[in-house]
Amino acid sequence: MNDTLAIEVKGLSKSYGNVQALDKVTFDVHRGEIFGYIGPDGAGKTTLFKILVTLLNADEGSASVDGLDVAKDYRAIRSRVGYMPGKFSLYPDLTIEENMDFFATLFGVNVEQNYDLVAPIYKQIEPFKKRRAGRLSGGMKQKLALSCALIHKPSVLFLDEPTTGVDAVSRSEFWDMLFNLREQGLSILVSTPYMDEASRCDRIALVNNGRVLDIDTPQGMVDKYDKHLYGIKAGDMYELLKTLREESSIASCYTAGEYHHAVAGNGFDAAALKQRLITAGFCNVDIKQLAPDIEDVFIHLLSNEQ
Amino acid sequence: MSTLKVLIKKEVLQFKRNSFLPKLVIVFPIMIMLVLPWVTTMDVRHINVSVVDNDHSQFSARLIAKIDASDYFTLHSVTASFTPSMQMLEKGEVDAILEIPADYEKSMVTGEPKKLNVSANSVNATKGSLGSQYLAQTIGKAVQELRASHMPVKSSELVTIQNRYNPTLEYRNFMIPGLMVMLLIIVTGFLPALNFVSEKEIGTIEQINVTPVNRFTFTLAKLIVYWVAGLIVITIAMLVAWLVYGLAPIGSLLTIYAISFLFILVISGFGLIASNISGTMQQAIFFMLFFVMVFMLMSGLFTPTESMPQWAQYITYILPPRYFVSTMRAVYLKGATFIDMRYNFYALAAFAVVMNLGAALTYRKQS
Repeated sequence: MNDTLAIEVKGLSKSYGNVQALDKVTFDVHRGEIFGYIGPDGAGKTTLFKILVTLLNADEGSASVDGLDVAKDYRAIRSRVGYMPGKFSLYPDLTIEENMDFFATLFGVNVEQNYDLVAPIYKQIEPFKKRRAGRLSGGMKQKLALSCALIHKPSVLFLDEPTTGVDAVSRSEFWDMLFNLREQGLSILVSTPYMDEASRCDRIALVNNGRVLDIDTPQGMVDKYDKHLYGIKAGDMYELLKTLREESSIASCYTAGEYHHAVAGNGFDAAALKQRLITAGFCNVDIKQLAPDIEDVFIHLLSNEQ
Repeated sequence: MSTLKVLIKKEVLQFKRNSFLPKLVIVFPIMIMLVLPWVTTMDVRHINVSVVDNDHSQFSARLIAKIDASDYFTLHSVTASFTPSMQMLEKGEVDAILEIPADYEKSMVTGEPKKLNVSANSVNATKGSLGSQYLAQTIGKAVQELRASHMPVKSSELVTIQNRYNPTLEYRNFMIPGLMVMLLIIVTGFLPALNFVSEKEIGTIEQINVTPVNRFTFTLAKLIVYWVAGLIVITIAMLVAWLVYGLAPIGSLLTIYAISFLFILVISGFGLIASNISGTMQQAIFFMLFFVMVFMLMSGLFTPTESMPQWAQYITYILPPRYFVSTMRAVYLKGATFIDMRYNFYALAAFAVVMNLGAALTYRKQS
């Protein structure tokens, strides 16, 4: 066991019938690091989290959290981790205060003891502490869930899709809270389907269909991207996509908002392409070179897989 | 504060906050005890009788008056021929027809009595057979009186019947202890099962499972709340039985509470098993419903187990409510003691161990 590692996962596999939820997943999370487990729905994120917080047994492989084996020392792990499931799962008929007190007592602490750790988050919902958890807004539920997960001062925090269903402002605030917690020495494993959140992690694993595609820092991921990426737009975006996909000088093309993203292939010439598109009847054609982001890297890795 | 205490506190809070549960525990037993003893009766009363009087004698008039006066019968009509009475029977207006042949009284005196004819609607077999029996008894008495008036020989009563333990033959007294059993099955069997499954459905069980709380403490905390609820329910039911029907147990209250608590342990353990093997409320409800039907109909709650076919009687031995129902009735109506009923106590204690062991074995904190 390596003591500088908060989480160590080696060749973890788990299947439900024919569905391979985890396929030999291996990665490490260092202490004091925010590690993002990034992938679309069905990538096996929740399964991984359940195994690491000892709710589920793996079929194969081993994992340790805070130096403790998830299968053998599951009891000890439970008091050292904080887990915030993807679905809000506190008692809706208890108030904020009652939920906090309840979970604190179950961990054998009281709210005052670790108030400093949760204060930055809990203070925001404290004015409503007499309100029942079921009647809180999405952002407040999320803050309460995080407070409850932190109340026993865990050393490793597991956040399964914490920002799903939360508005953009609350999401941004949430990440600020995570940075704050990292400064207090917590190690955090966070999963998300949102690629834009990936860049806020220290390191990320990109996953799909239970397999880890790559692990690196967000910048490292982007730097490894050796293709030229262009953004192309025109009046009729759907026709444009079909046309670009048949274009021999473009390796691949996919939708990404205002501009279609096109990966340049052999003999790509932006000016010539624009001319061809205009001749083909497209209006307002615009082509510009883009700096790739995590999503582009992910799509690239996916295409390599297939 | 100890973990168990905080867990119980949370259960009580949730129980109180629930808009439905506290009412269920208080109102449900009162409603059941106020209404069901009146309606779940096998006593046959108010049988509608139509009399076809072809005799028009003093005797027939007396017989009609007797029927009219009886609590068992309601004299619906007196007709001159069988056909209109039969039509009424077919329409369901009357339950039985008594046909008195012409010159009946005269034939009695001459010593060659004619026969009276009773026709009863036996769609409801109990009502049909009991109705015609009652009618035959009433006629028998009237005939005896008639004979006595002609022959001054004193007819002595040959048989005296004493209905022990339920002297007024009230079906209600048989039902009330049974209804208490039903209440406990629902409050301490159904409710904890649904409570556990709801924690699964909301997902809170996962949050609990990542805490160091052990499953035994967590389960116990929930059960204690329902055990107390069960004892409250049985207390309310006994109070209603006493205040409304004047039915108080002849045996000791302690015996009743002891057997009730044993049964609560059994049925809450059973509820736990149901919740462990169900993923959703629906599954749990249907699982429980199936067994509750069997419990209600086969444990002697409504119909005595002794009149079931032999194979069914064997099955009743594995139904815990059987032991509870018979003990409750014995203590309530006969004043049985713990010593009298000890085998039922042992049986329920054994069931309590088996059920709760089963619940422990089917519970998984990890999957």
